[in-house]
Amino acid sequence: MGEKRSRSFYVLAAFFTAYVLFLYGPMFAIYILSFQGPDGGLTFPMNGVSLVWFGKVFSGSGIIDIGAAFKRSLQLGLVVMVFTVVLSVSAGLAFRRSFRGASILFYVAIASLIMPSIITSLGIALEFRLLDDVIIKSGAANWTTAMGLFTSGLGAHLTWTLPFGLLIMFAIFNRFDGRLEEAARDLGATPWQTFRHVVLPIILPSVVGIGLFGFTLSWDELARSSQTIGSVNTLPLDLQGLTTTVTKPDIYALGTLTSAVSFLVIFLALVVILVLQARQRRHGSDAGKGMV
Amino acid sequence: MMLVFALFFLLPLIFVTIVSAWDYNEYEMIPAFSLRGYSDTFEGCIADLPNLCTILKTYLKTLKLCLLTWSLTLLIGFTVAYFLAFHVRSKTWQIVLTLLCTIPFWTSNVIRMIAWIPLLGRNGLVNKGLQGAGLIHQPLEWLLFSEFSVVLALVHLFTFFMVVPIFNSMIRIDKRLIEASYDAGATGWQTLVNIIIPLAKPGIVIGSIFVITIVMGDFVTIGVMGGQQIASAGKIIEARLNALQFPAAAANAVILLGITILIISALTKVVDIRKEL
Repeated sequence: MGEKRSRSFYVLAAFFTAYVLFLYGPMFAIYILSFQGPDGGLTFPMNGVSLVWFGKVFSGSGIIDIGAAFKRSLQLGLVVMVFTVVLSVSAGLAFRRSFRGASILFYVAIASLIMPSIITSLGIALEFRLLDDVIIKSGAANWTTAMGLFTSGLGAHLTWTLPFGLLIMFAIFNRFDGRLEEAARDLGATPWQTFRHVVLPIILPSVVGIGLFGFTLSWDELARSSQTIGSVNTLPLDLQGLTTTVTKPDIYALGTLTSAVSFLVIFLALVVILVLQARQRRHGSDAGKGMV
Repeated sequence: MMLVFALFFLLPLIFVTIVSAWDYNEYEMIPAFSLRGYSDTFEGCIADLPNLCTILKTYLKTLKLCLLTWSLTLLIGFTVAYFLAFHVRSKTWQIVLTLLCTIPFWTSNVIRMIAWIPLLGRNGLVNKGLQGAGLIHQPLEWLLFSEFSVVLALVHLFTFFMVVPIFNSMIRIDKRLIEASYDAGATGWQTLVNIIIPLAKPGIVIGSIFVITIVMGDFVTIGVMGGQQIASAGKIIEARLNALQFPAAAANAVILLGITILIISALTKVVDIRKEL
């Protein structure tokens, strides 16, 4: 840790730059290629510049209805986000006191995170298939299936997003000063008031982060959805299907649009986090300011 | 939260195990005990000896891809984390650069796979460049839809899972230990091997668990980047599912699960995950 930058710093910095280029380079290649002219192909060089391929995506020239898949993914992403935030925050609060089954829940969450997705997906598919069989046997003649976007699909996504949310909550409460709550209690706040006016404002930036994880992970989730969402497809599933059949740049245009949504969400979340943090710094302490 | 995990994680796993021992025919599963799912999976394994049967070959291939990806992500992930933890000095820059590595993780995996096509394809940038430079005369066929592109894409997608835990371990290393090591006359290399690597071991293990489990069960990346031509443990399950042979798929899932648990338990012998959070 010398004061002067050592030679290894420059070597490592170069390595890091190369890594970032490796991360982003290919993505930008397809963003550029999605503006390919009408005669353009799947690779460089560019054959003029146009928005033709974006038009194709919207007009639904392909075999599948992209617009509907887009809407479905968006709805599912939002629902998953809400569930992830609410469940993660409440579980995070619960974990601060030891409760029965705490370590079991922890290990289950970790297991759910690292379980190969295809196994989870298969399991949920089987579960719903067997459930359907039972319902049909019990006399519901025109029952089709309980499987769907907001039943099995939602569950599958939650097994992927909740562990992330829980880990983030752990990280927050490891640094949380419990004396703040004691102070609130001493001043006569009810548990709800303590949560609403003391705990929540402090953890809010991280909660937005959990929401960000919840939405983006669901928006792009593929492996767990593959067997569990029933007859309709989400956007990533359609995209994957297209990779084997499409030979035109409209797949890039779709990719660019999907990424644009991701980037928009990331950007919004980061702005909200920054604003909240700035506000915390401004209102961080009102000591000596008299009654507010 | 427990309810969600019970309904959508634990119960499904139990069903997988039960159904793996069910009988089946061409179009439906039959709830009667049978090990057909398993015996079909290992069909011809004994008859074909000493040659390896399909299933063993597939698992060996999956392990090979897994090992390649693991060593590359470890190497890259460790170096990146090392740079972020020890060479970036201001907190703000650390956050900005970490964010830079995280943003792709929030975007679609499929798109990040497709993104390699214009680069690696027969008429892609790499082939054009090499031909232009006169290094090759025919386009290289092995760049895309090959094991090479699969490993490349896996490394591209999942190095992030190595960077974060290793960085997390490194950031907690007491800087005074490193100074002490230098003061005692250790070279940079000695410090790395004797101080930093042992202390970053928990992060390395956690990252390895992530990468290995992801690659072992992967079927999407291997499907897309392998041009649906390369078999893997995950692809077998997918293929069985598409054929509606649920018990066979479940049997394969149980086998995959067993292997994954073996690897994880071997790794967790080295470190206690709970303590590291």
